[in-house]
Amino acid sequence: MTSNKKLWIFLKGLIAENPVLVLVLGTCPTLAVSTSIVSAISMGLAATVVLVCSNIVISLLRKIIPDTVRIPCYIVVIAAFVTAVQMLLNAYLPDIYEMLGVYLALIVVNCIILGRAEMYARKNGVIDSALDGLGMGVGFLLALLAMALIRELLGTGTISLAALGMESIKIPVLCDYNIPLLVQAPGGFLVYGILIAIVNAIGPKKGAEKRKNFSCEGCPSAALCGKVSCAENAELVSNVSDNKSEEKEEGVDGN
Amino acid sequence: MEIKALIYILLTGIFVNNYVLQKFLGICPFLGVSKKFDQASGMGIAVTFVMLCATAVTWPIQKYVLDANGLGYLQTIVFILVIAALVQFVEIVLKKFIPALHKSLGVYLPLITTNCAVLGVAINNITDGFNFIESMFSSLGVGLGFMLAMVLFAGVRSRIENCPSPKAMQGLPITLIAASIVSLAFFGFAGVIENLLGM
Repeated sequence: MTSNKKLWIFLKGLIAENPVLVLVLGTCPTLAVSTSIVSAISMGLAATVVLVCSNIVISLLRKIIPDTVRIPCYIVVIAAFVTAVQMLLNAYLPDIYEMLGVYLALIVVNCIILGRAEMYARKNGVIDSALDGLGMGVGFLLALLAMALIRELLGTGTISLAALGMESIKIPVLCDYNIPLLVQAPGGFLVYGILIAIVNAIGPKKGAEKRKNFSCEGCPSAALCGKVSCAENAELVSNVSDNKSEEKEEGVDGN
Repeated sequence: MEIKALIYILLTGIFVNNYVLQKFLGICPFLGVSKKFDQASGMGIAVTFVMLCATAVTWPIQKYVLDANGLGYLQTIVFILVIAALVQFVEIVLKKFIPALHKSLGVYLPLITTNCAVLGVAINNITDGFNFIESMFSSLGVGLGFMLAMVLFAGVRSRIENCPSPKAMQGLPITLIAASIVSLAFFGFAGVIENLLGM
């Protein structure tokens, strides 16, 4: 039973609570680095390493860190691991370091990592937190990979391995009929939107409710802003839907 | 010539290298707070303000503290802490001295701490090798570009909210697809600035 529970902590990050496609966290790196499969995988791995390490450390320190200054403390822990990953990549895989560019440093402000620290690691034990971090990290990696597969294969028709020092692989038919738009900025938004719509259509209904309002759940800033701005948004959504139903009623009257 | 270069940096930041629509930085507030026109402009002003403050502080730190002492590798950790502290400081100062402004921007300030566009512009100014004045203009351009994208998109979204869309597409998916079309429109600015300034 307990081993099942542990397995679930890991597995829920992959599908049921996938950080990118269900919780809609970490959108910036998802859109930015999913132009090629190699950069997507390296970004996913880098984020997973940081996520697991920071979850472990924050979970270990959860009784020591005072509640009032916990966000700055988490940021310091995360930034330390990001710096370590940056230095390792710069030393051993400089091509990948160049390719990820500023987005590597921006793992610091990736909402997945701060969000998991805030939502999970500060309330749970070390092993559970590590498993949660691993699951979320792999979920992030898989979502990135799905985006990159669509964008790179349909967009260029080749798999670029230049960053690993290998020749690119050409896909026979696709490289003659590629859609360059997909690897550019608009293609990122488009593919991401369609993927979320697919998940919406086939996924459990419970998740769909959560996604409609950009809820404070999972938002690392929720504790700071006191859920004010999001509450305003929620109000707005309900106002809009009220207006809609009123309009509909008027329409019926008119007929 | 100097002024021309500065205007070039400013306009490039606003239109060509728009952080939200071309570089995918600051997507969370772009999607979260762009539902209403005044919210979007409020967030845009707050972000521009914090970007300018952050650059004014981080550029000298990089130049005179980190580089001077060979501590360049601490960039990420120092910048994020400085920005987080700065946001808190700005909030306290506004609350104390300009309560009216705090009332309208206060809600957005805490959200900016974890906005990747602010950290992104601070780091990019260093990697692009800008001097102090150029960095400030670049931050101003990026901030205004962020505001432009937010305000434009608020208009697009108010239309979407009142349109029937397939059930699976409702909410975020249709918003992202709309963002894709707005982003496509910004492609039109590529090359315009060079021709305009005759560079």
